[in-house]
Amino acid sequence: MIYLSKIAGAAIMLAVTCSMANSGEIWVTNEKDDTVSVIDTDSLEVIQTYETGERPRGITFSNDFSRVYICASDSDAVQVMDPNTGRILHDLPSGEDPEQFVLHPDDTHLYIANEDDAITTVVNTQTRKVVAQIDVGVEPEGMAVSPDGKIAITTSETTNMAHWIDTATQELFANTLVDSRPRHAEFAKDGSEMWVSSEIGGTLTVFDTATQSEKAKMSFEVQGVHPDRVQPVGFEFTSGDTHAFVALGPANHIAVVNADTYAVEDYILVGRRVWHMAFNADKTKLFTTNGVSGDVTVIDVASRKALKSIKVGRFPWGAAFRP
Amino acid sequence: MFRFFGILMAVLCGLPAWAETAMNIGYLHVDVPRAPTLSNLDPIPADNGLAGAQTGLQDNQTTGKFLGQTYTLEPVVIPVGDDPLAAARQLLASSPFLVLNAPAEVALAIADMPAAQGALLFNASAGDISLRDEDCRSNLFHSLPSDGMRADALAQVLVQKRWTDLVMISGTHAIDLAYATAMRRALTKFGLALSGEKTWDADADMRRTASQEIPLFTQGFGDYDALIVIDELHDFGRYVLYNTWQARPVIGSEGLSALTWAPVIEQWGAAQLQSRFEEQHGRKMKSVDYAAWAAVRTLGEAVTRTNASDPATLRAYILSDAFELAGFKGRALTYRDWNGQLRQPIAIAHPRALVAQAPLEGFLHQTNELDSLGLDRPESRCEAYQ
Repeated sequence: MIYLSKIAGAAIMLAVTCSMANSGEIWVTNEKDDTVSVIDTDSLEVIQTYETGERPRGITFSNDFSRVYICASDSDAVQVMDPNTGRILHDLPSGEDPEQFVLHPDDTHLYIANEDDAITTVVNTQTRKVVAQIDVGVEPEGMAVSPDGKIAITTSETTNMAHWIDTATQELFANTLVDSRPRHAEFAKDGSEMWVSSEIGGTLTVFDTATQSEKAKMSFEVQGVHPDRVQPVGFEFTSGDTHAFVALGPANHIAVVNADTYAVEDYILVGRRVWHMAFNADKTKLFTTNGVSGDVTVIDVASRKALKSIKVGRFPWGAAFRP
Repeated sequence: MFRFFGILMAVLCGLPAWAETAMNIGYLHVDVPRAPTLSNLDPIPADNGLAGAQTGLQDNQTTGKFLGQTYTLEPVVIPVGDDPLAAARQLLASSPFLVLNAPAEVALAIADMPAAQGALLFNASAGDISLRDEDCRSNLFHSLPSDGMRADALAQVLVQKRWTDLVMISGTHAIDLAYATAMRRALTKFGLALSGEKTWDADADMRRTASQEIPLFTQGFGDYDALIVIDELHDFGRYVLYNTWQARPVIGSEGLSALTWAPVIEQWGAAQLQSRFEEQHGRKMKSVDYAAWAAVRTLGEAVTRTNASDPATLRAYILSDAFELAGFKGRALTYRDWNGQLRQPIAIAHPRALVAQAPLEGFLHQTNELDSLGLDRPESRCEAYQ
């Protein structure tokens, strides 16, 4: 296995060497500054700061990157911004306190977690109408959608479940218990697996999508950090879903998990209370939002080393890439 | 109908063989006569505690509907002078799960009733150390931190700030005496001592307003680093701040306080619990509300994970390593298996902001830093849990 991962590592190194300069931007929401910071992925500098509604958290782009959607939680709206000008085009009805969302592959439907209302709201971004509201557990947060678009996931923090939504009927078809305070969900490996992080439980649970049954569970140990402080939150997969990079919140580390063996391979020290993250275009660099230290750490994916800290606004939360 | 079907399908498809479970939780509020205070600026809400239990119930119900588990709450209020034991007996006849908002001696009397043997009681309002120590009962858990946990939290702040020359003013009510005792014990535990101590009582020759009296009252202390005020009824303490002879910080019941819960807690997702609570009850969540919420959520969490509803199974699960409660305090809350106390961080706050959260960094412990607060296993004289 080690041999295999070395080959994978070499392949990634090769990919880095061969890749052309990829210009691109990482957009970061600053929860307590009501702004987004735009970072250039080459110069690693903040090149723009735009104002948003109150308490911006979740952020994602439309498929053609012509619009950026921002959860302005305390404004009770999802804002649609023109990323070229920073101008807010309009708001979408979102239900109360939208925290996090996911855009369906059809580029039209947004699935929004309404944290204060125990509801997932489905909004059509073109008609700007609410299509459905689905009762879920208390404090929904993590949102994911399968690559084929058939399943959406909401995780609820106080109910401690992943709720499986059939996107054809907008109804729940399964509810699976996970450890305490699930925060983030992602599909992996062409949608055959669904991963959920549990902040207070300190674990990452892998489900088999076909049967919604638990397939594996990972826990983390950071030297010198009490297990209670190791709190997995956001995570993202590298190219080919070979590895997951997992933010460990107040443990101030990113864990590198082998997505085939489910073994933790590395821990990378980043800023304080690391929360979410986004890759650059060719996934050679990872940008993590560090809430308490108010900065973004840039990690070189191949060497698994932190390259630089970039100061952004207060309490950076979400991150999204645009070319 | 569709929704019902959806939930039914969800239950049937999502989780194998999860049978219907129904849990009724009793809630007993025993009213106590309140001594008069100099100011009525902060009245205690009539539903203090009950409101928290109701929010916890709602959280349980939302979770339960996906699992075929239902929860109900049966609240009873005993006015001053009425017999709480009769009411407790009645509640225990309909459910072995009971949350108590009652003085320590009443909680103890209820725990000792034959009807309560094998039941699961939660003390959500009495901070008395004795309930976690020599007077502990195997059927009585404590979701409210002990006075000792809060006093230890403050002592850690004093050590960290190097405020070592300390003086104390304390009131004379029973809860003042209890907290003052806990404070002296905490100071000793963390290697601190008082260089002066005064009592605020009715015999003091108070002929002017408290604010005029305080400078003179504190002049005799000489110089010191910090003044500890013990005034758990919030009678005179609010007038001590900015009126002391020496310009020194005030901590304890006023100023910088060690609290179970406070409206200024917003980290760790607490903002969500705060807003959910305020929306439901039209006021801020208080410490006893939080303790009642935690008690009801403890039962809910145990039912969710075990799918059982008998007190013996739930008690064993709650005391096991598998149990953890996400209590919006930044780490998992668990129960001490030597006295049934819910382990939890303590907020160090003033009315406008959270200043720190105990245990403070650097106060280490061989198994769990949270056990640097309150009675640790070797100190506890509780035998009922062995």
